[in-house]
Amino acid sequence: MSSEKIGNIRIVKINNGTVIDHIRAGHALEVLQILGITGKEGSIVTIAMNISSSRIGQKDIVKLEDRFLETPEVAKIALVAPEATINIIRDAKVVEKNRVRLPDLITDIVVCPNTRCITNEPREPIIAKYQVISRKPTRLKCLYCWTIVDEEEIIRQFTER
Amino acid sequence: MGVLHNLISIQDLTRDTIDMILDHARDMEPLAVKRSKVLDGKIMACLFFEPSTRTRLSFESAMLRLGGSVLGFAEAGVSSAGGKGETLADTIRTVERYADVIVIRHPLDGSARVAAEFATCPVVNAGSGAEEHPTQALLDLYSIRRMKGCIDGLTISLCGDLKFGRTVHSLAMALTMYDVDMILAAPKQLRMKPSIIAEMEKAGVRVRQVNHIEDALQDADVVYMTRIQKERFPDIREYNAVRGHFRLRREDLELLKKDAIILHPLPRVDELDPDIDDSPHAKYFEQVEAGVVTRMAILDLILG
Repeated sequence: MSSEKIGNIRIVKINNGTVIDHIRAGHALEVLQILGITGKEGSIVTIAMNISSSRIGQKDIVKLEDRFLETPEVAKIALVAPEATINIIRDAKVVEKNRVRLPDLITDIVVCPNTRCITNEPREPIIAKYQVISRKPTRLKCLYCWTIVDEEEIIRQFTER
Repeated sequence: MGVLHNLISIQDLTRDTIDMILDHARDMEPLAVKRSKVLDGKIMACLFFEPSTRTRLSFESAMLRLGGSVLGFAEAGVSSAGGKGETLADTIRTVERYADVIVIRHPLDGSARVAAEFATCPVVNAGSGAEEHPTQALLDLYSIRRMKGCIDGLTISLCGDLKFGRTVHSLAMALTMYDVDMILAAPKQLRMKPSIIAEMEKAGVRVRQVNHIEDALQDADVVYMTRIQKERFPDIREYNAVRGHFRLRREDLELLKKDAIILHPLPRVDELDPDIDDSPHAKYFEQVEAGVVTRMAILDLILG
């Protein structure tokens, strides 16, 4: 099995799948939780944590064989790992390389933690909207009740199942 | 369409817009007395999903003094909106066909913004959830300006329940647009949220927190009292201990500057002793009058 050298370590290459690179150090396990990957799926999952990175100092990497990401999954990763890059691998070659983009406005994927916010009324025909007020750390503001949603709360929502 | 469209949050307004509303409130003073027909033919719908005496009657009085008409409900329980489980969105899409402006009070945070999203007519927030009561903040500012001549340069003490009171949240946010010193006097369980204090300090407001009301009186030009609500305390003994400390009595007035004023959004329970009502400091009933002209100004800027 071929491998690539990152810093002083070698990481196994994948043939088809996704490489999520430049995850903020220490957040790789949360990325796996967001994607619902438990390791029991049978396909290869490689994780490297706290590797030195010229771009973000220290980083984590996740490599997923035979797994491609849906758009909502990418949006969630952008919230917890806003510097991440997502590489699509086919026949052992990088065919697509995208940096996740945290937009200024997020809709729907986060639940307002304020239980008295009208966005938590299931029958109201509204979509929760959040303004990104900080990118490092990620902080959102609910545009209905002005509640601030911090990174810890976002990660809690994405990883609690 | 008028100069204003919706009035949902103080945070949507600039200092210039607030000053424009306050100037217009001053222009409304003579019309409040002699009445006007400037909004003749216009209809205001008051949708009060929560009980209110002052705010609702003040809006209705403002509309009637300008020659407009009023409809609505004050008990959501007997309307489709409350009793039959209709969504707020549906209520708004119905009522907008009956009226030219909707005034709404609702228990959920963000409800007025949802109303504005679904209405094609203007919406005025008359109190939503625990966070926003923008017309109360505007009438408080107008009261201060009318009674003190200005807002900039004053020391303003907010006293009582600073955690759950939507009135003080909106007023505090409005005061971030002015050059003021603020003293926040609250029992430790009812202190202002750190996020609001951070916003005030970021805006350059000098904030001092104190635990006793006596410490909020000496330097104040304006003492803004609020009601401490029993239901906020899990233990009644804790409530009884706190309420005694946040009560303004006649002897406390000796600590005040000669020209300091006392305001209160009302209703009061026992945080203002009735025997201070005849003091020249007590301005809370004049504040009620200021509420009518401020709301006249808002309705005229929206519909006029």
